[in-house]
Amino acid sequence: MLLNQFLLLAAVLFCVGVYGVIVRKNGVLVLMSVELILNAVNINLIAFSTLWGLAGQVFALFVIAVAAAEVGVGLAIVILIYRNKRSIDIDELDELKG
Amino acid sequence: MSLLAAASATTTFDVPANVVFAVLAVGMVTAAIRVVTTKNIVHAALWLVVVLGGNGIVYLLLQAEFVAMTQFLVYLGAIIVLFLFGIMLTRAPLGRSDDLDNNQRPLGVLVGVVLLAVVGFSLARQWGRDTLSFAAYQGGGAAGGNGRTQALANSIFGEYLIPFEVVSVLLLAALIGAIVLARRD
Repeated sequence: MLLNQFLLLAAVLFCVGVYGVIVRKNGVLVLMSVELILNAVNINLIAFSTLWGLAGQVFALFVIAVAAAEVGVGLAIVILIYRNKRSIDIDELDELKG
Repeated sequence: MSLLAAASATTTFDVPANVVFAVLAVGMVTAAIRVVTTKNIVHAALWLVVVLGGNGIVYLLLQAEFVAMTQFLVYLGAIIVLFLFGIMLTRAPLGRSDDLDNNQRPLGVLVGVVLLAVVGFSLARQWGRDTLSFAAYQGGGAAGGNGRTQALANSIFGEYLIPFEVVSVLLLAALIGAIVLARRD
């Protein structure tokens, strides 16, 4: 198996995730797109760990743990936004705009 | 995984592994595109299951069994359930809805395609014909058993002990933070 086939798959998933972050308006869907990006990075880490040792797998595990924390806090924030505004449209959160 | 371990030694099992990879890659990319384009928010969560499960199988192809099992447990077991809770607690439209995207689709396509072209070009230049040798996995841990997982455990609890402890404190902080944010006073 080539190294590049894994790296290119990860690149495609990463770009699809970036597209989702830009285009989606619903807060939960944006978090899902961020999960796509983090998983693409994990594929890269593990593909490179086959060449350069187990550090890549250790970092992939750290990424999984941090992603779990991110989703927990992110969904709590989304629920808080819903409670305050009755909507989770990210485009409507423009109070900081002058 | 013994089949794939033998494959890396003799490279005769490359063909089935490549077939599995091709099927997985097509399925995962399709599912990922469905996640970011579907009009039904629950379907997006279910397509995300396909992507995350495919990711786990890719880790198995790369002989990272422990990370693959962690992926299945944490992502498929916990994070998808969290997403479904989030969808229901925010009373998202459970059926079809045309109000999930903003009006930046041309910009999103442009950014995605340009990013993919740049990254793909540089990957093709830099890693053109490198093959996976699994050289870094050889000789770690006890012979016969699953030496890779043993070596991974030694690595986490030896060289990376302090980052590991920091991650556990981070998880605790995130847990407390989520409770504080989401509870009603």
